[in-house]
Formats: sequence, structure tokens, C-alpha cells
Amino acid sequence: MAEGLEAVIGLEVHVQLLTASKLFCGCSTAFGAAPNTQVCPVCLGLPGALPVLNRRAVELALRLGLALGCEIDRHCRFARKQYFYPDLPKGYQITQFWAPLCCGGRMEFEVDGTPRSVRLRHAHLEEDAGRSVHAEAYVAEDETLVDLNRCGVPLVEIVTEPELHSPREAACFVAELRRLLRCLGVSDGQMERGSLRCDANVSIRPKGAPDQGVATEIKNLNSLRALERALATEVARQVAVRGQGEAVSHQTLCWDAAAQAVAVMRDKEYAHDYRYSPEPDLPPACIPERWIEKLRRALPELPLARKRRLEREYGLPPERAYLLTDDSSLADYFEAVAKAVGVPQLACNWMTGAVARTAKQLHVSIAEFPVPASSLAKLLVEVRDGALSDHAARQVLSTMIATGRPVEDLLASRGTSLPRPEVGRVIEEVLFQHSTLVSGYRQGKKQLFGFFIGEVMRKLPDEADPQEVRALLQERLAGPPADPEGD
Amino acid sequence: MRSLLLRREVSCVEVVGACLQRIAQSPLNAFVSVCPERALRQACAVDERIARHRAGMLAGLAIGVKDNINVRGWKTTCASRHLADYVAPFHATAVRRLLRQDAIVLGKTNMDEFAMGSSGESSHFGPTRNPHCLERVPGGSSSGSAAAVAAREVWAALGSDTGGSVRQPASFCGVVGLKPTYGRVSRYGLVAFGSSLDQIGPLTLSVQDCALVLQVIAGHDPHEATSSRLPVLDWQRELDRGISGLRLGRPAEYFQPPASAEVRDAVDATLAQLVGAGAGVEEISLPHTDYAVATYYVTCTAEASSNLARFDGMRYGARSAANDLDETYVATRTLGFGPEVKRRILLGCFVLSAGHYQAYYDKAQRVRTLIAQDFARAFEKVDCLVTPTAPTTAFRMGKRTVNPLTMYLSDVYTVSASLCGLPAISVPCGRDANGLPIGLQVIGKPFDEGTVLRVARAVEIARGQR
Ligand SMILES: [Zn+2]
Repeated sequence: MAEGLEAVIGLEVHVQLLTASKLFCGCSTAFGAAPNTQVCPVCLGLPGALPVLNRRAVELALRLGLALGCEIDRHCRFARKQYFYPDLPKGYQITQFWAPLCCGGRMEFEVDGTPRSVRLRHAHLEEDAGRSVHAEAYVAEDETLVDLNRCGVPLVEIVTEPELHSPREAACFVAELRRLLRCLGVSDGQMERGSLRCDANVSIRPKGAPDQGVATEIKNLNSLRALERALATEVARQVAVRGQGEAVSHQTLCWDAAAQAVAVMRDKEYAHDYRYSPEPDLPPACIPERWIEKLRRALPELPLARKRRLEREYGLPPERAYLLTDDSSLADYFEAVAKAVGVPQLACNWMTGAVARTAKQLHVSIAEFPVPASSLAKLLVEVRDGALSDHAARQVLSTMIATGRPVEDLLASRGTSLPRPEVGRVIEEVLFQHSTLVSGYRQGKKQLFGFFIGEVMRKLPDEADPQEVRALLQERLAGPPADPEGD
Repeated sequence: MRSLLLRREVSCVEVVGACLQRIAQSPLNAFVSVCPERALRQACAVDERIARHRAGMLAGLAIGVKDNINVRGWKTTCASRHLADYVAPFHATAVRRLLRQDAIVLGKTNMDEFAMGSSGESSHFGPTRNPHCLERVPGGSSSGSAAAVAAREVWAALGSDTGGSVRQPASFCGVVGLKPTYGRVSRYGLVAFGSSLDQIGPLTLSVQDCALVLQVIAGHDPHEATSSRLPVLDWQRELDRGISGLRLGRPAEYFQPPASAEVRDAVDATLAQLVGAGAGVEEISLPHTDYAVATYYVTCTAEASSNLARFDGMRYGARSAANDLDETYVATRTLGFGPEVKRRILLGCFVLSAGHYQAYYDKAQRVRTLIAQDFARAFEKVDCLVTPTAPTTAFRMGKRTVNPLTMYLSDVYTVSASLCGLPAISVPCGRDANGLPIGLQVIGKPFDEGTVLRVARAVEIARGQR
């Protein structure tokens, strides 16, 4: 960024709600169906068809609004936004214009560990439009085919104030929003499937200037990488334009990922008059206070808050805590194990290591992981107490998954007595604290071994046996890497 | 007719055959399409059910359906070139309910294009004629439905009323036409014109029949968010209660020009007879009546411009070739829509445009509230209102198409009830010097179809009908 200038970025994020059926009809919202197979008179806008509001969609939008601290409009009202487009069968989109369901609020997130917060303008419900198909094998050069499966898919559009100041911040915001959406069960947040899409408003101004200045809008950013790259490119372009003493003009742009460049979609001078009008087919749906209170009480601990608590309560480093809270069932599992074992570092290593790896191999989420937290905890207690080597414990875990035998059986059938409890625990602690060095060692920096020995010996009372420590460490470090980044 | 059918003195096949013959020989052009095979096939099936005593409430009765209401597998043209070949893939809820009670749909009736018009002259399939005088209009937009019932081509017909489109043609053709309370009958399957005003309503020869059809088509519909959950009543039974003790309001604003002297006198004479039957009459005032027509046209054109956007030239009608997408839209819509529809789309786009929204649409909605307050105050004093349905009797064809504003005034007494969603009925109350029917309108409280029908029935009795 040039001296004395700052970027001003506002985002509009479109989020597909995790409902089984569409916003105004009973059609399925499942991804990947053959074109025009998930449609009915209502979503096709056939003459005489009328919309009926999906209660579940309102509930999910409310859940999001409450989690973000928004004001809730107790009358859910809709408007028509009129424009002609081939994949908009009614000639208008049903959206909220005069009164968004959720107003205000803010979202906390972190940019590389630094806390940030952005105020939100609002979040409103709307239906998605269809999709024009050009680039498919079955579409001729001069053809446009229209797939209306997405018509009527429920979306929430979240609009931020223009308070983000770098592409990195914008990407971190969206990443945190996605974690939040998943944690709340509001959306699967899958950008590659279009469940989460961003438009960004970008401008450049002298640092601290009061207004945003002339902004361009970049449409349809469908990955975090695209978002960050497109913003960086556009900010650089605007700085260059300014540098030449010219003014940035009001344009709508799109991101060309192949060319890594922004392209002009249309000049804002063409700005459309959407002729908004109240939607007469949907009477205002009154939202009872009881419902809101019930939803508020049912809100889970949000991912960022939980991440900070894991750091605080269990002494986890930020990256590990972030990883664990990316999926709330992963964090639940971790907390159950950590509490039972009493050594959070050990639990964390196993969660991000063996457990994550096995789950990936089995193609299951942590929620479906075949070994319950209580069983893993029993196993790790043995490791903690030095009754079982790390390596042996991993074998027990594999046997449990392969045979389905309970952990007690497998432990009972094993021989006893390995080294004294503290040694195993201290080794885990040291390796955990120096996880970067561990991966270094495994990548070939064998001279680090002496350092590990030294660290372990330093933490152990003087009667420790260096031979025992050396043997154990060797075994521990020979095993598969304990953290997924090492994979 | 119903009792003859149920006593099996005539068969459904005979009745349907007779109706089809009348339609075939009719000079009225009341139907856009008729499907004899389908009707006769259904008549056979209903005859069988009557024989087994399993027939529904409307067994064997011939029905016409306005061509903006969907019948599955049948064209729904809205009397527009744009939809001339459009086949509806689903039944309107009202139609489904009629068929469930074994009514037989004979055909789709003619109308003003997209229900826009008050004379039946704007149909792509040619104008409908008034059975009382072929040189005169039948009224609009449910022109074919009213004319077909008046000429006994069908027993009853469904129309749609946005600003008076059931009541005004009923008045011109001398039949009974009811616009139920907004929300009483599901709009699902009715091609939308002004969504906040549209309501499906029956046209029949008698108030009895009207009550029966209402009972069949009314009620909550899970496919229609504005449809009411209030219970459906046996309105036929209500009719026997008479009108003794009812307080009827006579709004002064409805008994002055443009209402013709003949129309005013006929309605006043009937009011006197109703007093004779035990009702009381009170003079009342609805001070915002003067603004109703303007408010109505701002509201309905705005909604129409939005509702008709789906007929973009991509999916319906013959697409006109052009250089790009926008030009294709323009060319196809220019060809597909008639002049009245274009006029209303343009008006509607104008009143919704960013620069004019506050001045027109928003203001109209405020006035709409004031008009509703007028009615609410009136209903503190009286049980219902009695007015002329239309300011005149049926006018000559071609007379008002030149100046759309004179045409819009045909709706002056019907639009207020539409703006406020109130139930209102038109029932014949006399004839003018040319022998043309005069309609009397009864406007009721929300969801009080019972009182409206009772008063209408009293008008029939006063005129010596059984
Ligand atoms: Zn659908």
C-alpha cells in the first residue's frame, strides 16, 4: 500500500441456508442434480403459482442474526426486485428491501491472531435465481441454456459496513463467518458449491478520511483465495490509477481467475432501477417473541469464543485452538478427552494427529468417528501414566477401529509396565511445545535429537535415566507425525 | 336442475350435451375454448356416481371457467396472444374443489386480455357480446363468464374480480356475481393481475347457486399464503334467515353522478322494498370515495407490471427474433400484448420507478388505508352497504374503448370494496328503459359473506323470484 493511503472494503456475502426445501416451495435444494429436475410451478414462476414461506429458512436466518447480535424485525416482510434476466423466471426476485429480518450487529474475527471486529449493516432473506449455462460440453458456442434448479434456493445476504482495510482482513472475516455458519448449522458454507459467495466494494482513500470515496464492485468471488487475490489486484490497480493523477470510476467488475485479473462487467452509469414493490403474495409473517427467545437460548458457544477459551483453559497455542474449533464436534470431542485425561496437550496432539488422520482415511467426520471420546480417553490415560507407549497406543486405536472391541478388553490383554509415568508425560509436553522442531526432525534434521533429550532431562527430577529417555524419545519420534500439517 | 339430476330425470350427459349445443350455436363468443370430449367423458363418470349415490355437491352441473384460471391439461390464454398456446400443468385450487364435487367444466370463458378492461372488448379472441343486446358490451373483465351464465350456456361460471370484474359484468348481463372477501378463496392457479386485489368469484343465475359455489371453492389452501383459515360456512342455510332487523347503509357518494338517474332510482326503489322486508336504512358517508378510482389504478397497474414481467418472451408466446437479449424482450412483448395491457404495464412501471414511487404508489397505499377507515367507521353503524354496482347499464360496443379514462369510470362503485378486500355481490334489481339489467351491489364486513348473500337473496324475493 502506498504511503498515506488505505483500502476501504465492504462485503456482501450470500449464504445458502441449510434447508431441505426451497424458500417458497417444497422443491429439494440438494446439490448436483441434473439441470431443471428440482423445479415446480412455484420456482418456475408459472402463471398462477404462488409462494409460501419456508419456516425453517426463517428460523436459520434468525439463528444467524441472533448469533451476530442483530436487531430482529418481528414482521418478516418481503419485496419484489424487478429485472429481466433469462434465469429469473418471474421477472422479479423476492427479497427483503424495506425491512431486513436482521439489522445491525457485528462480527468478531482474528487476523493472524489480532482481534478485529466489523459492524454489519444487515442480513436479509432472499431467493436465489437460476443459472445460465455456457461452458459445458453439451452447450453449443452460440447457445445459452438455463438451469432453474437454484431458483428459490434460500439465501441470506449479509452486508458489512465498509470497515475492512486489507484483502487479508476480508479473507479472515469470511473464513470466520464460514466457521460461524457451520457451527450454527445455518449453512454448509461450501464456496466451491456456491453455498457462500461474496461481492466486494473496494475503494482507496487517504488514511483516516471520513468517507469511502468512489468504489468499484467486484462480483461473485467464490473462494477465499479468489477473494484475497482479486482484492489485492484491485487495490493495486486503484493505487496505480491514483498515482497517475486519475480518478477511479464507478464500475462493476468480475474476477477472472485464469488471468488473475479483474475485468469490467458494466459501468455503473447503467445502474438499474429495480422498481422495488411490496410482495403482495406473502403477508407479513409475525415472529413471536417466544420463538426468538427459544432460539437465543439454544445458541451454542461460537467458534471464536470457544477458540479463545480453549487457549485460556487448556493452554493450547492459537493455531491448534483454531483448528479444533473449525468443527464444533471436533472441539466437543477434544474437550471430553482433555477433561478425562487431564493433559490437554496429549489430547490435542492425538486429536490433530492420529484421530484426524484416521477419520480422513475412513472418510468420516468427527461426529461419526467410530471410537467414542470416552474410549480414547481411557487409552490416553494409559499413555499419560506411562503404561502404554505412544506407538502401542496407536496400535490399540487401530485394533479398536478394525475389530470394534472395547478399549478395556484390548488394554487388559496387553502386558504391563513401561517406564515411570512422568517420563511419558514430559516427553509429550516437550514435543508439543516444539512441534515445529519435531517436523523439522522428521524431515531430516536429526541433530535436533540432542535438543529434545536436553529439554526432557531438564524437566525431569534428577533421578531420571537418560537411557530410558533416549529409548522412549526415539520410539516417539519414529512414529507417524503427530500433527496434520506434517502429513 | 340439481334436483332433476339427482332424481335422475335427466342425465349429466344430456345436460352437458344440451349446454354444448347452446354454446356451439351462440352468437356471444363467450368461450375461448370448449372441450366436448373431456366434458362428456366426465359427465358419464358422474352419471355413474349419481347412480351409486356417491356424487358430490355439484354433481353434473356445467361450469365455465374464466380463461385466467388454470385447468390442468387445458390452455390458459388470459385472452392474450402471448399465452395463446400455453397449457396449464396444474389445477387452480378453486377448480380442483369444483371437480371434487363433480362439477363438469365445459370450457374456458372469454375475457379482457389479462383481466384488464371493463367491456370484454380487449380479448385477443374477439369481443364477447351481451346476451340482452348483441350490440352492447357484457361488461368486463369476466365477460364470457357473465354472458355464458346469462344465456344459460352453463349453470355457473368462475370469474376473477380485481376492481369489479365479476360484479360489473354480472350487473350488465343481469346475473348474480360475488367477489368474496380477499383471502376467502385461494388464488392459487389464478394468473395474477393485481395480487393484493384479485379474488376468484362465482357468477350464477341465483343467489342460492352463488352461495353453493362459494361453499365449495372457499377455504384455506396450503399453497396460498394469503388464504384465510376461517371456517367455511353453509351459506345456503344463511339465506333462509331473512333480513329482518338488518341495518343497511346507503352511502350518499354512490347515489350521485356519474350514476344515471335510472340506476339510482332502481336501487332506491329496491331499498324501499327491503325496508318493507324488515330492514332499516341509514344514510352514511364514505368521504374518500372520490379517490378510489385513482388509488385503484395506481395500485393495480403497479402490481400488474410486476406480475406480467414473467411473460418476457423467453418462455411464453412466439419469440420475436432480434439482435440481443433486451431487444428480444422488447420485440416479443410488443407483439404479444394488446394496447390496454401495454398501457397498464407502462403506467405500473412509472408509478414504481425510483423517482415516482413516493408520489404515486406510496401515496396510493396511504389513501387505501383512509378508504378502509371510511368503511370501518360505516360498519360501526350498519351491517352492510347497498349501492349501484355500475353507474350505467351496458353501453354500446366501441363507445368507451377510444378513451380509456371513461372506461375506468365503469369501476367507480366496485373498486373501493376491492381496495379494502371486502365481500361484495351484484344482484339484478331492475331494468332500464331499453330493457337492460341494472345491478345492485351489497358490500359487507370482512368475511361476512353471510349477510351479503342474505341481502342479495332479499332483493331477489322483492323482485318476485322464487
Ligand atoms: Zn419449486
